[in-house]
Amino acid sequence: MKAIRIIDATLRDGMHAVSHQLTPEQMAAIAVGLEAAGVDTIEIGHGDGLGGSSLQYGFGKASDLEYVKAIAKAVKKTKIDLLLIPGIGTIEDLEVAIQYGVKTVRVATHVTEADVGEQHIAFTKKHGLEAVGFLMMSHMATPEKVAEQAKLFERYGADIVYVTDSAGAMLPDDVKVRVAAVKKAISLPVGFHAHNNLGLAIGNTLAAIEAGATIVDGTVRGFGGGAGNAQLEVLVAVLKRLGYETGIDLYKIMDVGEQLIDPILHRPQIVSNEALAIGYAGAYGSFLLHARRAAEKFGVDARDILIEMGRRKTVGGQEDLIIDVAIDLAKAK
Amino acid sequence: MGRKLRSAIIGSGNIGTDLMFKLLRSPYHEVVLMSGIDPKSEGLKMAASKGISTSTEGINGVLAINDLDIVFDATGAKPHLAHAPLLKEAGCFAVDLTPAAVGPYVVPSVNLEQNLGTAMNVNLTTCGGQATIPIIYGISRITKVDYAEIVATVSSRSAGPGTRQNIDEFTQTTRNALVVVGGAAQAKAIIILNPANPPILMRNTIYAICDTRKIDDIAKSVASIVAAVQKYVPGYRLKVAPYADGDHVVAMVEVTGAGDYLPTYSGNLDIITSAAVAVGERYAQYKETEVLK
Repeated sequence: MKAIRIIDATLRDGMHAVSHQLTPEQMAAIAVGLEAAGVDTIEIGHGDGLGGSSLQYGFGKASDLEYVKAIAKAVKKTKIDLLLIPGIGTIEDLEVAIQYGVKTVRVATHVTEADVGEQHIAFTKKHGLEAVGFLMMSHMATPEKVAEQAKLFERYGADIVYVTDSAGAMLPDDVKVRVAAVKKAISLPVGFHAHNNLGLAIGNTLAAIEAGATIVDGTVRGFGGGAGNAQLEVLVAVLKRLGYETGIDLYKIMDVGEQLIDPILHRPQIVSNEALAIGYAGAYGSFLLHARRAAEKFGVDARDILIEMGRRKTVGGQEDLIIDVAIDLAKAK
Repeated sequence: MGRKLRSAIIGSGNIGTDLMFKLLRSPYHEVVLMSGIDPKSEGLKMAASKGISTSTEGINGVLAINDLDIVFDATGAKPHLAHAPLLKEAGCFAVDLTPAAVGPYVVPSVNLEQNLGTAMNVNLTTCGGQATIPIIYGISRITKVDYAEIVATVSSRSAGPGTRQNIDEFTQTTRNALVVVGGAAQAKAIIILNPANPPILMRNTIYAICDTRKIDDIAKSVASIVAAVQKYVPGYRLKVAPYADGDHVVAMVEVTGAGDYLPTYSGNLDIITSAAVAVGERYAQYKETEVLK
């Protein structure tokens, strides 16, 4: 049977949906459930990765280190993965965190800026960890450009390169051509990270697998930024039907959803109007709650803010521009 | 005015080249050398076309020249750590435009005077630091800033390989300088590169956790420090004046470049190269008064 590796991002991307307010204890309990269900790798921490706790993105309930420590104590077999976005997190942050049994580091850059991640990939490899180059907002670049940047990550020593649909803006064919281009350009396994803003997270993940991706992301209940991610329990079921082995027990992962995730959701993980606006405009998924807040403060429509954020070709992390755009929209009224 | 300072630039990338154009306009500087390491560098070609001697020997090219008064280092954090002791030995005043931070942090509108005559190596923090530290200082001179956070967004085209390879040093140096020069108790810095075309202007968002009831005094103080920065960076402007948001103040500044080397979107080059020129000119005036004493 063909195998697909799943990296679960429930405890990292899901943090966007609850304004980074999970406690280390809540995370540890969910991690135990994920391990029992057979999940291979879990990404944990602030939604914006190491060093993400800030006024810009929202302060985390706990520090990076508190999350890592709590989860390292709770799991035995499941590998712990951390996200690092250069410009937000630094090697200094990573150095402290990896003392607690972290196995994988995903170095995330905007799709055209892989070179800001060179030193972080090198550091990760020097410490014998698995390094992933994570090309965010891949919809904003041509397949050729995505492939060129993937090659840079390969040259820096990455073990895996991800095509990441941070905006949930890609259609299945957009995914296929990008994953195929990367697959052709490098000799490493290729991964795909979906968002559901256009309701395509599962379909796009299948498109990625068809095009050659062997590692894909999911989150239980789709818990994540924007409309959330590829819903893990659905993905497991669909992949089983297609004859892929994921190592994850379907009932057990469904139970994690009902028993551990449902009670902590701040709101149903649906394709809300704002999430749809994000996918339609190609804006960064985690802008959602920030746009809602700015819309209220400045008396404008959150959808208008998000469409404008897309039009201005903003990239991941530019949450501060939301205020600027809201002020401009309010003035233009 | 006395004789011009014999000046050299080391590093022929975006920052070094932009700086060269500004120094050529300065009445206080005679640019005697531009030194790089890449013979194909556009910056070196431009220097040569302006009649400036060039070298591809890096620091050795600089050390080979006698009687230099001032050397501007626009290489990278690691190279500057090696250059600093050599420049000190050669008796040159060093203006460090890398995040190496060997000497004290200097932001001209805030603390140039107190470092004049005491340090032979001054560090200009980072472009993000030059743009945001004055604002935090403007707030902290009114009320205690418990935590300062800045987000600098620059166009990808204006961030050369030096900036990219030093991205961690950028955030760390900016953070440290927000505390040391800006007066915040704690700080965090974030940098974002945006590849949009046409390129975006350099923009910076500044957050400060402080007593927001003093917002009126804060706004006045910030307006006056912005005017002070504008004296040496004409394209610097308050995009969003300070406003209170719960427990913190938010302000935004934008920097339009002079378009000397890269087009006007590269305000991130201008703000640090203009700061370097401001330091150089003030140092020239200072040296002159020292001679007269």
